[in-house]
Amino acid sequence: MSQALVLVAHGSHLNPDSSTPTYEHADTIRDTGAFDEVATGFWKEEPSLREVLRTVESDEVYVVPLFISEGYFTEQVIPRELRLDEWDVADWDSDGISADVATYTAEDTGQTVHYCGPVGTHRTMTDVIVRRAETVTDDPAVGEGFGVAVVGHGTERNENSAKAIQYHADRVRDTGRFSEVRDLYMDEDPEVDDVTDFFEVTDVVVVPLFVADGYHTKEDIPEDMGLTDDYRTGYDVPETVDGHQIWYAGAVGTEPLLADVALERAADAGADVGSAVADVREATQVAAGDAGGDHAPASEGRADDGRAGTEADD
Amino acid sequence: MDDRQFDALVAAASDAAVPDDRPGVDFDGLRVDQTDDGFAFETPETTATGLSRGELRDRADDSPYVRNWFFWEWTVRSHDSPRRAFCRRAEGAPIVADAADDADGSDGDADAGDADAGDTDGSDADSDTESHSVPERDAALREGMVTEWGQLRIEATLAADGTRRYEVRHVDEADADPATLTDHDDPLDAREIAERDARDRYRPLKTAPTLAGGWRFPDLDWQGLARTVETFYPATVANWYREQTGELDVDHWRDTVGRQSGIYGVVKTWDRGEGYDHVNWVAEACCDDSQCVKRREWQYDDETDLDVDGGDGAFPCREPCSVVVAAARKWTRLESEQPETYEFELTPSEKEQLEATLDAVADGRVDEIREADVKDDANRYRARFLRAKLFDDDGNLGGVPTDQPEG
Repeated sequence: MSQALVLVAHGSHLNPDSSTPTYEHADTIRDTGAFDEVATGFWKEEPSLREVLRTVESDEVYVVPLFISEGYFTEQVIPRELRLDEWDVADWDSDGISADVATYTAEDTGQTVHYCGPVGTHRTMTDVIVRRAETVTDDPAVGEGFGVAVVGHGTERNENSAKAIQYHADRVRDTGRFSEVRDLYMDEDPEVDDVTDFFEVTDVVVVPLFVADGYHTKEDIPEDMGLTDDYRTGYDVPETVDGHQIWYAGAVGTEPLLADVALERAADAGADVGSAVADVREATQVAAGDAGGDHAPASEGRADDGRAGTEADD
Repeated sequence: MDDRQFDALVAAASDAAVPDDRPGVDFDGLRVDQTDDGFAFETPETTATGLSRGELRDRADDSPYVRNWFFWEWTVRSHDSPRRAFCRRAEGAPIVADAADDADGSDGDADAGDADAGDTDGSDADSDTESHSVPERDAALREGMVTEWGQLRIEATLAADGTRRYEVRHVDEADADPATLTDHDDPLDAREIAERDARDRYRPLKTAPTLAGGWRFPDLDWQGLARTVETFYPATVANWYREQTGELDVDHWRDTVGRQSGIYGVVKTWDRGEGYDHVNWVAEACCDDSQCVKRREWQYDDETDLDVDGGDGAFPCREPCSVVVAAARKWTRLESEQPETYEFELTPSEKEQLEATLDAVADGRVDEIREADVKDDANRYRARFLRAKLFDDDGNLGGVPTDQPEG
């Protein structure tokens, strides 16, 4: 019985960077050989969610949404477009952040589809946030003397969004590794605009819980925090703001370890992934003593080419 | 043929050690059986029975039918898969008869030349891929058989061992010197090639006819071919195969619009029970061959065809795509406005200039208009002159405000 993994994501009509992390995580998982097929599908790109299942020939398909929280896309759009006609959100039996898997037969292809909860609410997403802090500081031992801000949209559109942020902020705090940990939001208090007010320590790693870099992570948040007056002119990592050193990490979804969360989702749903989880964890870790030079996000953080989209709402 | 291939033929003929999904040799006109009298070898041109193993080898050596069998039934297999069917298409081999082949392929009309993939379901999509007999295909593959798929040019050739190799490049670069093209061997490289057009602009629609050139996949095997094509044009092979086998699931405009939610739910309100002209306009705007290489099969609903042509693409479009739906959302809002009467004065040439300028934008011709070609109605200096003459300080054409005072 062959098995396929399908990563589904939003994508964009305007911003090619939107789908880049999805492709990269798919490649990482494909290279593990854990699945006979690994495919990607998008709401705004191709193959569409409507047609992605027919691009894989396997009978058993594990679908993992590269979304941060449970909500409109994971509960309505994706199951509808995949033609999981029997879908009922109650089958996830979730409190808003605990969706695991529900299994259906796709109406058009007859495949058995294990529809998993989003990567953003999986417990191992916490590890990706920590890994993101290591990556942006180029220090695999980063922790003591550093604060971490986990940044999300807030509840304006979806109450589960803030739940996911709080969940991971609590878990990062519980590791005891960092001096201070806060959850901050774009459209409600505590606001990311005032990030320096919330930390005693000088160095603060700011990790937006977004799947891909786009308008919010490249333009809004850097300007709101005062990293720059104009996102097009860029900023340094770290950047000095009000006496603090702000290590802005960009979208957590671009961290290579996110591939591991997708694998864990599929494994939790019953996929046989062999040693792939451990393999990905090892392959994506930050090498000790690899520091030095300007860090990539300093340049990646600049969306000066005018291509960044503003499609967050659709 | 090498020993490995001959051993495979004998094993298949004697029903020993054959792939369990397709026992026996009975394929594309070739029949080989092992009986008490020895081997029977049959093609549309020849029949022989009571053959020794050595005599069978003499018949099989250099037989295009055996080469053909070995590739499709021993190497590829994957029966009833879109990828196999796609590779069959690449050499003009029958597709539907192949897919439907269960027990009835043994009679005389299994001759590949009799079955035309293009006419089995009434589709006119495959006029570029007529089906040929096995010897014809074998001979043609030595020279290279060319098919097209959107803007892809696919050339199938016969490898030394009788299997197939495939080259994929841009259709507009059929005659390009390979030294001027960048070679790739990983099908996923197509993702990056397809991301931006020749002017480095993002291509949100993979099937827009704006694929850039300058690359080549020189030597793919059959699986690599299928993967490469599906990376350039996702899901097109699967949908084409469904169409070939009569199972294409078309969602018409009304179906697709009807299931939209969230910010796209509003598009439902554009259908007001006053006909479908608006959908004709959408299809003309977005789905014309000049905009998308898919062949539009969706209509207004399952009883009402649109009046505009669906195009000549090799592969079908089975429902309005996300680009169409997103544009329709904008049009739904714009088209909810009521017409107003505005009064301007234009010279006849100015009216024609406005029309030509709209045409130039709609046809993507703006960048072709030379800077000093003031004879072209859509020339930039001409447009700037008209704007200087006709717009007031607030950008109103003819000085007429867009929002007119009541009464």
